[in-house]
Amino acid sequence: MSTTTVETTAPVTKEDSMAPSPGKVTKRGESTPAARLVSHAILIVASLIALFPVAWLVFLSLGPDKDDYLHPGGIWSKMTFDNYVFVLQETKFFDWLQTTMIVTLGTTLIGVVISATTGYAVSRMRFPGYRRFMWVLLVTQMFPVAVLMVPMYQILSELQLIDSYLGLILVYCTTTVPYCAWLMKGYFDTIPFEIDEAGRVDGLTPFGTFARLILPLAKPGLAVAAFYSFLTAFGEVAFAATFMLSDTKYTFAVGLQTFVSEHDAQRNLMAATAVLIAIPVSAFFYFVQKNLVTGLTAGGTKG
Amino acid sequence: MTVAIDRATGKRRGDRAPKPGLGRRLRHGYQKHWYAYAMIAPVVIVLGVLVLYPLAYGFYLTLTDANSLNSARTIGVNEIEATYKFIGFDNYADILWGDTAYDRFWSHFIWTIVWTALCVTLHYTIGLGLALLLNQKLRGRTLYRLILILPWAVPTFVTVFGWRFMLADGGIINSFLETLHLPTPLWLEDTFWQRFSAIMVNTWCGVPFMMLSLLGGLQSVDASLYEAAEMDGASAWQRFRHVTLPGLRSVSSTVVLLGVIWTFNQFAIIFLLFGNTAPDAQILVTWAYYLGFGQQPRDFAQSAAYGILLLAILIVFTSFYRRWLNRNDQQLAI
Repeated sequence: MSTTTVETTAPVTKEDSMAPSPGKVTKRGESTPAARLVSHAILIVASLIALFPVAWLVFLSLGPDKDDYLHPGGIWSKMTFDNYVFVLQETKFFDWLQTTMIVTLGTTLIGVVISATTGYAVSRMRFPGYRRFMWVLLVTQMFPVAVLMVPMYQILSELQLIDSYLGLILVYCTTTVPYCAWLMKGYFDTIPFEIDEAGRVDGLTPFGTFARLILPLAKPGLAVAAFYSFLTAFGEVAFAATFMLSDTKYTFAVGLQTFVSEHDAQRNLMAATAVLIAIPVSAFFYFVQKNLVTGLTAGGTKG
Repeated sequence: MTVAIDRATGKRRGDRAPKPGLGRRLRHGYQKHWYAYAMIAPVVIVLGVLVLYPLAYGFYLTLTDANSLNSARTIGVNEIEATYKFIGFDNYADILWGDTAYDRFWSHFIWTIVWTALCVTLHYTIGLGLALLLNQKLRGRTLYRLILILPWAVPTFVTVFGWRFMLADGGIINSFLETLHLPTPLWLEDTFWQRFSAIMVNTWCGVPFMMLSLLGGLQSVDASLYEAAEMDGASAWQRFRHVTLPGLRSVSSTVVLLGVIWTFNQFAIIFLLFGNTAPDAQILVTWAYYLGFGQQPRDFAQSAAYGILLLAILIVFTSFYRRWLNRNDQQLAI
């Protein structure tokens, strides 16, 4: 698939260049009908590929029997919402919801506060140890889960934080804070530092400048950091699977696995749960995606 | 970073008086920078306590023979002291050139490199192709964009299960292949097809990020450059090669680095797709997790040693990447 998409882009633009031929005038940026058709065809195929696994999951979640995924044709005739009712009433769905919410919101809150002050400090001030500090932030982002998993497990169990919300929140902060600090630094860099100087001249302390002048201006950047933390904490699997032991304290990412890892695989219920989880998060994602992408690449273009 | 101006106070550093003594310098530095240190203090504490200390501790563990049978633990009311002992660099030696080192480390290492290279290449080329398509004036391109980022919008742990249903024996993909009278591989059981499906699912999940980042990069390329190139008679390919690609360079270098780091550390997809059933399809990260938490007794020391090796590989790669970029006169944002 990769080769086809790439190769076909070349002819698309090539015809574009041949367009100003006598007889027919095509404006710049517009392509010939044939090229447009090819573009549409590729995009439609790609969209179907992107859509299908998710749509399939939704479809399977409507089949009442756990082996329905093997003969999906039968689902049409006996479509039902029983799976959803069962998941909401009989399983620990709401416990998982509670855990997930506590952990993700806690991570978001703590992470954003910490990374905002850090981002401001590295954006505005050059202090001894600055370069080394930025290097540490960068390296922290590439820690494989495996490096910290074992020692963190031991430390958390010594602190009695295994199977506790706080433990997981702190662990997630270590993964989100470095990235968010970079992100916030990028955003603070775009705020002219004449504003800081004006604040200083008017007699504000450095903290006052930060809290009263810069933070209100940085709201979009803060929002991006918050979205990023939220989505990261929501989708994390490895730490949650290892550090949360009691089944009422599973996050969704772990809870979903309990449907298959037990002796029989209740795939219909699992599909229903997956859909229930996916809908609000995806809606949230679509709501914020534009900011998220701008924020993520802003670091890339500005430095 | 070369700017030697303290932007909060507007003072110039650099052309200073002759160096005062160490004590004075410390006090002076403290007075001048105390607020900067105060602001980074929280992150330093969090990183120090939860990253650097565990890292040091983890490194210490790799020099021991710790596993779940000899570590400190509590069973009921009995507290059992840790009994593991210091064995030096034996773990590393064992992993790198021990008896079955090829099966345990090098095969996973090679597969991890192949996995990272293939996935990032696929992410980048498909993402770039789709971004170029979406950057045209097309009817319905907002709709296309919204659909195409769906794999990113839905949490990975949800979509991977969708793929598992589809790839299962008797699932929709094999039924479809059967109606076309094509061979129906055992996607989740046979080693080659396990690897194939892992790359396929990861590609599916990772393309939207690349696509959106590159689309942002494409839109920030100055349109007058294309105009000038066209005036000079550049062909479409030449415009792509000499205007588009250079314009994308700074975004590309960042997203490729991020992509390599993320893919190298990609835990969720392989872990959720196969669980512990596919020893040969495990990349180093999931393999280290398996050693430390997926088997009994849990081998903490070896797992941590794998982690340190992984980190070393990534740091070496990143340093070379940065150096290479700097030589080509580019700034890496992160």
